[in-house]
Amino acid sequence: MATTAAHAAPVASEENTGLWSWLSTVDHKRIGILYLYTALFFLVVGGLEATVMRTQLMKPNLTVVTAEQFNQLFTMHGTTMVFLVIMPLSAAFFNFLIPLQIGARDVAFPRLNAFSYWVYLFGGLFITLPILGWIAPNGGWFGYAPLTTRAYAPGLNIDFWVLGLQILGISSLAAAFNFITTIINMRAPGMTLMRMPMFTWMSFVVQFLVILAFPVITIALVFLQFDRFFGTQFYEIAAGADPLLWQHLFWVFGHPEVYILILPAFGLVSEVLPNFSKKPLFGYNVMVYSGIMIGFLGFGVWAHHMFAVGMGAVADTLFSLTTMLIAIPTGVKIFNWIFTMWGGQIRFASPMKFAIGLIAMFTIGGISGVMHSSPPSDLQQTDTYFVVAHFHYVLFGGAIMGIFSGIYFYFPKMTGRLMDEGLGTLHFWLNFIGLNLTFFPMHFSGMLGMPRRIYTYDAGQGWELFNMMSTMGTYLLVVSTLVFFYNFFKSRVSGQVAGNDPWEAPTLEWSIPSPPPDYNFAQIPVVTSRYPLWDLKHPEKTAGVDHSSASIEEVTGAHAVPMHEETERRTAKELGLPMPFPTIKPLFTALFMVLMIGGMVLKTLTPLSVFVATLITLAALMVGSLYAWLTSPLE
Amino acid sequence: MATDAAHDAHEHHHYTTTGLDHKKIAIWAFIGSECMLFMSLISTYLIYKGKSVVGPWPHEFWCKATNTAAATAEALAGCPADQIYKPILNIPVTSASTFVLLMSSLAMVLALAAVEMKDQPLPAGAGLGDRMLRSSKLWLWMTAILGATFLGFQAYEFTSFVHEGLTIKTNLFGSSFFTLTGFHGAHVTAGVIWLLTLLAIDYKRGLGPKDALKVDIAALYWHFVDVVWIAIFTLIYLIQ
Repeated sequence: MATTAAHAAPVASEENTGLWSWLSTVDHKRIGILYLYTALFFLVVGGLEATVMRTQLMKPNLTVVTAEQFNQLFTMHGTTMVFLVIMPLSAAFFNFLIPLQIGARDVAFPRLNAFSYWVYLFGGLFITLPILGWIAPNGGWFGYAPLTTRAYAPGLNIDFWVLGLQILGISSLAAAFNFITTIINMRAPGMTLMRMPMFTWMSFVVQFLVILAFPVITIALVFLQFDRFFGTQFYEIAAGADPLLWQHLFWVFGHPEVYILILPAFGLVSEVLPNFSKKPLFGYNVMVYSGIMIGFLGFGVWAHHMFAVGMGAVADTLFSLTTMLIAIPTGVKIFNWIFTMWGGQIRFASPMKFAIGLIAMFTIGGISGVMHSSPPSDLQQTDTYFVVAHFHYVLFGGAIMGIFSGIYFYFPKMTGRLMDEGLGTLHFWLNFIGLNLTFFPMHFSGMLGMPRRIYTYDAGQGWELFNMMSTMGTYLLVVSTLVFFYNFFKSRVSGQVAGNDPWEAPTLEWSIPSPPPDYNFAQIPVVTSRYPLWDLKHPEKTAGVDHSSASIEEVTGAHAVPMHEETERRTAKELGLPMPFPTIKPLFTALFMVLMIGGMVLKTLTPLSVFVATLITLAALMVGSLYAWLTSPLE
Repeated sequence: MATDAAHDAHEHHHYTTTGLDHKKIAIWAFIGSECMLFMSLISTYLIYKGKSVVGPWPHEFWCKATNTAAATAEALAGCPADQIYKPILNIPVTSASTFVLLMSSLAMVLALAAVEMKDQPLPAGAGLGDRMLRSSKLWLWMTAILGATFLGFQAYEFTSFVHEGLTIKTNLFGSSFFTLTGFHGAHVTAGVIWLLTLLAIDYKRGLGPKDALKVDIAALYWHFVDVVWIAIFTLIYLIQ
């Protein structure tokens, strides 16, 4: 990286700073950064919840928290990590990267994008804050009804959960419509589907999972909300309701949700691995098809979460088979990553360490997943710590490792500076050891019969050593996270200046300055292959590998301006590019919507007239803000 | 192929990969998502069909005193007259409201056509009919009024069900029926508000061919809500 010295340190222009500019931004990159910071904040919250739980479980019969508090902690840890950390961290990358990777100036609906973020922030606070008063949701992140109906969960706890998830669902859905449109409709000339970077491809699949899976949980939650607030009988067993209705609806959403969490991380490491092996991704087409296959099959495996309820041999067999089947496209991806590295000139920079970490850790989680696909085996493991070990290898070892890989890789593009390699290495090893020390012993405590979700246990069951190890591992993870945050904030200010392309990477986002100007591309590029920058600067890396390349004449039918590497910064105004106006209206629409939906907790607290009057007022304010937004010009 | 050159001072013709407007793609994705929403609601209704432990029932007579159901009132011999509940679903009335909603889709098609044709000169000897076909206001009003009429039918239906002893709390049928049709009604309501918004624009500055996309997207939504009702009418009302 001798060239980076030539680049000037990144400076923010005058009009792009200040609180107001962040509240009213509609720039996909800034919204991505807002998502990143917010999700990292919630990562700390969810991590602290886990740390308290692990402290409680360090030894038998501790009394750090009560049973009720423990219920709230595991519920909020799961809910936070799934909906407020991994999904939004992925969203941070969707926002920041998709337009850059496909050669666009923004997303299709910039203001809707801002709206998604604000709904996420307010909804996240709505569902998180109750834990400060120990009135947080306490029914597990899966919230099984009828346990969560008013009869069995009378307090406000589940009300916060039901309404909070409805709010967060709206954020995810709005973002998904936006990204689907962006990817279908805003690709630069020549950027065919089969030339898209793998991260964009996996994100594309994820958006379809979101729009097809979230409506199902929306309805499940509506039923629960109506049962709790308006006396309907959807989950009322005495009225003839099916005790499995919730479980089916929840997992029809819940299993695609697992792929919503992991596929973006798969996409990120698929960017990192070729780059640090200096070789094109092995089997690009098969990677795309296996991603789509995972998306399809993801809708056909939900009942493997329910083997223990006794669905009968036919259903168990069917879901067992589909579950084994879905291991195939996933395994294909693992092998393709390994073959990508095979024979490459591997450079073990921090992003690469985390990417290889994902391959190793996800494989362990994947293998225990295949064990669960067999109902007889699963019956032994259901509701034990073995399952906890499994999904933490998949989601922490897989999704979080992949996201860390992505943060180290794209930090220079976001901030203009590189993260510190030494601290990155320290973070990786502490994280790697901490993760294995925390979760590997859970396989054993689970096999020895330790159930999930218990707040304490008696001595003499053989669980003490494994629990002590898990707790120590958790503390190590706390330390590793502190190292990460130190590195993050230190490098933001004083990291090595990165320049446009610190990694000699192949895709479009590296052709523009770091951080990119608000218009991204001064000139929309013409894309002639999967690896346009390598074709231009390092043709030896793609020599002899089919990467869907064509000449510019083939793409446009004429000679066009070649790929343009821009280093000087000019404003959008100087270039004559129309940019969307900043606006606060999506924020207000989001705020009033969250208050309106969240305001339904008042149902059990206030007289009906106050409740109705509050909701109508907030609905009017929301509709008013929405009309103000829709009637003001975009640019 | 630098797109900055393609910018006209008055009209922002953004380059799009497919040549379609972003909103058109987004509305189709939205409709796909809505399909899953209604599928979940309809599936739950069907799963719970016949599972209610007390009446009233959608297609059967019900004796409250003995909690038995039968296809005809006569089959409930011995049941006191004031304890007999008739089948709740009123198929003739709902057929009428279904017809109204279908006609609203026709009006919507004509509204879009009127907006698209607004700038074309009337043919020689054009009569009242030709002039009516050019009136976007007429057809937008027609669509909105027919949609509101459908909502009126639904309000009548809901009220009469409550009078006949079926509320959202009564049994599984009541819960799943009111939630499903209520969700559909809410979608129609949103559609009517959308149409009134288009009308407001039409009165303010007139809708012309350049607004065809706006109307087209509202129309796609409106037709979708209509198609969902066809599924509901068939599965819930017609199939016993």
